[in-house]
Amino acid sequence: MKFKNQNRWGITVAGVALLALVFFLTPLSFSGEFFDIAAQAAEQAAEPAAENSAEKTEGAEAASPYGPAPKTTLASYPTVKGVNSRLVIWLVAQLHLWFAAFVLAVPIFVFIIEAIGMRTRDRRYDNMAYEFIKVSITAYSLTAILGGLLLFSLMLFYPDLWSYLATIFKDSMFWYAVLFFAESACLYLYYYGWHWLQGGDRKWVHLTIGLLLNAVGTMLMFLANSWLTFMMSPEGVDAAGVFAGDIWPAIQNHLWNPINLHRVVANVAFGGSIVGAYAAFKFLSSSRAKDRAHYDWMGYNANFIAISALLPLPFAGYYLTTEIYAFSQQMGITLMGGIFAWLFIIQAVLIGALFLSANYYLWCCMGRSDGAVRYYKYIKYIAIVIVAAFLVWFTPHTLVLTNEELKALGGPYHKYVGPFGIMPAKNTAVNLMILATFVSFLFYRRANKIATVSWVNAGNAAQVALFLVGVVNIFILGVYYGYFTNTVYKIAASIPQVCTTLTIIVASILIDSFMYRNSKEVAPLKWGRVPERSQYALFLLAVSFTWLMGLMGYIRSGIRQHWHVVDIMRDNSADAFTPTMGFAANVVSIGTIIFLSMVIFVFWLSQISAKKTEPENYWVPEAVDGMAAGGGKG
Amino acid sequence: MKIPKLLQAVLVLAIVYYGFILVFDVILDHVIPSSLLTMYMFFVVAGVFMVFTATEESTRELVGPIKALVEDPSKKTIRNVVFVILPLLAGWYTYGKTSLSFEAPVELRTIHPAPPSSMKAYGKRYDVIKLENPLRKLEKEDPKKFKEHVAAGAKVYIQNCHFCHGDKLDGRGPYAAGLNPTPANFQDIGTIAQLQESYLFWRIATGGPGLPKEAAPWISSMPIWQNFLSEEEIWQVILFLYDYTGYQPRSFGHE
Repeated sequence: MKFKNQNRWGITVAGVALLALVFFLTPLSFSGEFFDIAAQAAEQAAEPAAENSAEKTEGAEAASPYGPAPKTTLASYPTVKGVNSRLVIWLVAQLHLWFAAFVLAVPIFVFIIEAIGMRTRDRRYDNMAYEFIKVSITAYSLTAILGGLLLFSLMLFYPDLWSYLATIFKDSMFWYAVLFFAESACLYLYYYGWHWLQGGDRKWVHLTIGLLLNAVGTMLMFLANSWLTFMMSPEGVDAAGVFAGDIWPAIQNHLWNPINLHRVVANVAFGGSIVGAYAAFKFLSSSRAKDRAHYDWMGYNANFIAISALLPLPFAGYYLTTEIYAFSQQMGITLMGGIFAWLFIIQAVLIGALFLSANYYLWCCMGRSDGAVRYYKYIKYIAIVIVAAFLVWFTPHTLVLTNEELKALGGPYHKYVGPFGIMPAKNTAVNLMILATFVSFLFYRRANKIATVSWVNAGNAAQVALFLVGVVNIFILGVYYGYFTNTVYKIAASIPQVCTTLTIIVASILIDSFMYRNSKEVAPLKWGRVPERSQYALFLLAVSFTWLMGLMGYIRSGIRQHWHVVDIMRDNSADAFTPTMGFAANVVSIGTIIFLSMVIFVFWLSQISAKKTEPENYWVPEAVDGMAAGGGKG
Repeated sequence: MKIPKLLQAVLVLAIVYYGFILVFDVILDHVIPSSLLTMYMFFVVAGVFMVFTATEESTRELVGPIKALVEDPSKKTIRNVVFVILPLLAGWYTYGKTSLSFEAPVELRTIHPAPPSSMKAYGKRYDVIKLENPLRKLEKEDPKKFKEHVAAGAKVYIQNCHFCHGDKLDGRGPYAAGLNPTPANFQDIGTIAQLQESYLFWRIATGGPGLPKEAAPWISSMPIWQNFLSEEEIWQVILFLYDYTGYQPRSFGHE
């Protein structure tokens, strides 16, 4: 085996990394005496807030050294002339999150691509992984700058909230800062050591640093997630907000894990789409055929990563929403049936745009091989399924009606399209959209080859049968359990629907990989032979993801409405109201434009960093020559 | 005869558009709302465009006539006609969408207002999140007694609620035509079937004035029923609503 003599180092370093991971993850470490200094500092910061609170829960205070959640007044929120504090926090937090999602996601797939390169010994993978991490390195410093700005803004504009959160999360906040150093160290070693740590044991060391980088980055995100989910579903405190003293329940609150899962998957999809946009940018700005082929290949891989993560994303989102409902009916209804419901229609449209652009990219890319002609005739049928499913996906339950239509229908519900407005129809639709996207991928995969195994007809028949039975099952689960049983089964039916979809995908990939083993290439894939419009599909993917994250980030935060910490600490600032949908959509859109402008700046930086300009008659030639000769003045 | 791609695309869009109108407005006799049709058509156009430009050959065929119209000197007359008609059509459409009319503006009504975490009724405070129908357990423990409560709920409903919500619970009572927004349709899968019983208790007991301030202004003619009905009568009528429609109240535990 190739790796037999090379993995000593790898195993050793991986062992150390895992030990460190276990240490960091152990909740006991949060109560160590070592961090008392930080704890005292945070407590001192929290004291004035506690003193300011108008009411104190005397009974609770007797049992706990911590005070209740501060009861703020308008005067508790410092202002800066001409600055809207909520808007500042909103935009800065969102920009920080976009960049953080990007820099956390890229190392995940860079690690995987590097490992693939090691396994296959195909240098292209290593080069691509390096180029991916190179793009993220500038974004890393922007993430840190925005994180600092967010911290200052919170302390400045919402001091009582900050003090209260710091009182509870002081230990994890200290750890967060420490981990940030660890992440920086890992990232710089990983990036700057890329060419130094090549070959044999060195490559294993490098890969292990990549693993550590991912472990530390993910932990950082989990810690930050605990603070924001505590604000939505507080635990570890009593009804007055008095902290019981144990940080673990506060971290492991009801929505922590659903958010963790959702964010890990979404980050990978988002990171893939941004890198895809980078590849498209480079493809369109390259004139050499070799460069275009390279960036076409890179864009394809980035898109593959983004779509692979996009497929399970609706399920992770559904899980999160179910848990929000389970935690609080009030919050769930505000989210999906109340004032935020219309924003969910925009969300549905953006998700549909993601699926449409992903499929369009695959269809255009089939043109890389002349063998794809065989599959062109199926494109229209895939499109019909996707568009039809998409229409169901974004049909609102309560319709926007003119008075005339309202009178004609006799109410805001529509007898025939109304049932499309609730989740069973939408779950069915999204499962079909995912399957149709998978079929596009399957055709793309087969475009340049012909299967040579004797059982090719049986294999194809098995795949068709798999899809047919699966789709029928998805329909039965969606229609029967969605509309003719009670709500418990309606929600529960979504799980077997997901399982059906995943089973079809996994089983189909298995059949396909056996069927196309030793296949014959009918027409080679010609990288770089894609229409330029396909690259705009990659841009659309990145823009839709960014917009979507901004929108959903606002909704997630906005469903707390007039609470800083739900039912515990009320927001009494001048901006405690829920903004109008138009205003919110504008802020999200402006944030998207700012972020994408910054991303273009990052792309441009990576482009100029590779360029060298040799000005004529600028440098004194003798000085350079003198250095080369070992001399020099002085 | 092979139909040119551009004409094919236009025909497909026309068939889909008029297909929606034919199916909903004529065959099913339930108009398709113009807002929904616009959204639908936007994405149908996107889908058609994607299919027709998925391959190079198809794209060339689709764009060919348009390019020729713009570039071919022999098509000068038709080009001038098209270049006059298209802006006029766009202007006519824009005028139609933006001109003032006597029609009241459309309303984005939120059907499910979010309940408060706690509420006050009958001189006491209820935790809406944990509140359960005290009569629900009789469904298994004492089915006969349960049926009596359902029957009592039916009586309460017919005496008080059917004027607006209808004798079939479909929101089409005798007074419904005079109300905007129209009363809730309990037969619709998206109303009580999606809600916990505590939600219904809150809405019935506190009525329109009990709706949350955070998302005001609400429009609701629902009376404050705690002033007219006892607590038990409200729970009975809730049992009846679910019993008659055949729905089960939302819960997060299996039976």
